[in-house]
Amino acid sequence: MPNDYLLSLPILAAAGWSVLLIILEAMLSRAALTRVFAMLGFALVGGLSVIGFPLQGLAFSEMLRIGGFQHFANIIFCLSGLLVVALSEKYLDDENVHYGEYYIVAFISVVGMMLLAAAANMAILFIGLEMMSIALYVLAGLMRRDVRSNEAAMKYFLLGAFASGLLLYGISLIYGATGELALHKIAIAIQTGSASMLFWIGFGLLITGFLFKISAVPFHQWTPDVYDGSPTPAAAFMSTGAKAAAFSALIVVVTNFSTLLQNSPTWSLVISSIALATMVVGNIAALAQENLKRMLAYSSVAHAGYMLVGIAAATPDGYSGIMFYTLVYTLMNIGAFGVVALLESKENLLLASDYAGLFKHRPMLAGAMAVFMLSLAGVPPLGGFIGKYKVFAAAVDAKLTWLALAGVLASAVSAYYYLRVVYFMFMRDPVGEAISAPATSSLAFALIAVAVVLLGVFPTEILRITDAALKFAQLPTQTGF
Amino acid sequence: MQLELNHYLWLSAFMFTVGVVGVLVRRNAIVIFMCIELMLNAVNLSFIAFSHFMRDIQGQLMVFFVMTVAAAEAAVGLAIVIALFRNKQTVNIDEINILKG
Amino acid sequence: MIESYLPIFAQIVVAIVLGVLLSTLGVLIGPKRKTAQKLTTYESGIEPVGAAKERVSVKYYLVAMLFIVFDIEVVFMYPWAVSFREYGIAGLLSMVTFALLLLAGYFYIIKKGALEWD
Repeated sequence: MPNDYLLSLPILAAAGWSVLLIILEAMLSRAALTRVFAMLGFALVGGLSVIGFPLQGLAFSEMLRIGGFQHFANIIFCLSGLLVVALSEKYLDDENVHYGEYYIVAFISVVGMMLLAAAANMAILFIGLEMMSIALYVLAGLMRRDVRSNEAAMKYFLLGAFASGLLLYGISLIYGATGELALHKIAIAIQTGSASMLFWIGFGLLITGFLFKISAVPFHQWTPDVYDGSPTPAAAFMSTGAKAAAFSALIVVVTNFSTLLQNSPTWSLVISSIALATMVVGNIAALAQENLKRMLAYSSVAHAGYMLVGIAAATPDGYSGIMFYTLVYTLMNIGAFGVVALLESKENLLLASDYAGLFKHRPMLAGAMAVFMLSLAGVPPLGGFIGKYKVFAAAVDAKLTWLALAGVLASAVSAYYYLRVVYFMFMRDPVGEAISAPATSSLAFALIAVAVVLLGVFPTEILRITDAALKFAQLPTQTGF
Repeated sequence: MQLELNHYLWLSAFMFTVGVVGVLVRRNAIVIFMCIELMLNAVNLSFIAFSHFMRDIQGQLMVFFVMTVAAAEAAVGLAIVIALFRNKQTVNIDEINILKG
Repeated sequence: MIESYLPIFAQIVVAIVLGVLLSTLGVLIGPKRKTAQKLTTYESGIEPVGAAKERVSVKYYLVAMLFIVFDIEVVFMYPWAVSFREYGIAGLLSMVTFALLLLAGYFYIIKKGALEWD
């Protein structure tokens, strides 16, 4: 029993810390202080995951599965939370919604993400997903006097709750077909018997629920509206942390049923087509966007497509590629959203053309933004390139060369709209008055940009960790629980 | 006539379908929200039915969690509806169209 | 199986028939003397004030929302209550932790003044 607590220490610490934040905010009501404590909490939980990296096993009556995969995912979530919280303050101050609750809710959302990644049982999977999502609905509607934020929250809430309903019905049917809620026991029940029609319908509904959360085509329509209306830092959080969490859970689910899914040509075909459609639709829609926030939203749809290629490949290489990809994506996308949030003024929504001549005024900021854009486009030797390369290579190995080719073509198309921003920043002269922004935050963005470059130049260390982490993820089924 | 598992499952599937159709065709945000609750409760019914007929307690455990999660969702959802209503004086989702997809 | 429900069906039928019958009889054979007083909305004998479709203060919603959340948490007490002897001290500690978590939320609500009416 004590081993259980030790194993799940990061999750327990995160849950405890969120209660601490609530009490702190209740007693002092000082947003700036709550913010500092939230950042400390993210650092603490991330640190615990780093220290506890080699620990693995099932905890609390086989409800939680902890291993390198979960620790790696926890680190991504904490990184995402930490960066978002660090970059939020100015934006929230400008919008006059600087509440301490923002940080508490973001923290609770991260607890949900950690539960989601560590789920060994459908009950935990559902609770983690809902904890994360409900917190995100609140974040989307944070600017409660702004109609756009209200609308974003409403859309996100209704569609998210609908998706949860589908997912839950899927869980129920799987439970009915196998008589089990624990993931590894479901897998065993299917291997010994055979997967019935009931199971497949349930599995389809479960996956549909996940596809909603990662905004895959055809369940992506909410994404641009929600990202557009939400506070920009919250949108950055949704597109990175929440997406990483949904993908972690998806990987856990599909690795659990790997023997079943590898023998199913339908599954491979369906998931490849969804990946293809997501890449194509996301990129083509992004081409037409003038508003940078909407462009980034469609770009996040497209990136979900690239990551789905790894799921379609259904090999450990593909999954490890996704983990690396989510790490890089977290850095570069929060960077890009952060720059947008920094330059976004209340009256004037920033269009790509408003970035004209940014380089002349703020060279460091423009340089960092250029790195994020190039990395999102997948230009070597940046981190985004390595992530895509790893995922597409896994697809080629899995005899899905056509999908990898389509992915490469799609990223070539995406280069147009990413490079357009770079072009405006560097090649055009500034029109109108200079964009004002505080100098301090430029340094933060420069650091994130350096991290993205480093991930691209020296990826081997991280890739070794993701490869090893994935072995832990599969452990309980391999040892025949 | 004996009530069997299938009867419960058909009822649950019917309720779930009513909920899904309601979400798709109704225009009032509150009614859509009620339809989502109907979906969740349909799922609860199927969990209970499976649990009862398979003599397995886990399904009932799920129901407890679904109920609490639904309550939390209701609280947040109603808060969002109220915030929207204060700013727009309507909860008709056809009029919620500032953000164009 | 279905036969065992027969008394309930009988009672439903009787209730419907009686209800419809008595109301209809009242309308048909009762004396009708309408005065202005009698035609006003019935409000427990108090003078009716304002329109029936009045807006409810948003404070009610806040209290209602808080109520939903705290109310439903009690369902977790039931499984524990029926088997708390088997779980012993470990179960008690878990439930105390759970209650303390709820209390933290309650503390937050009080401190933020969500329950102050004015």
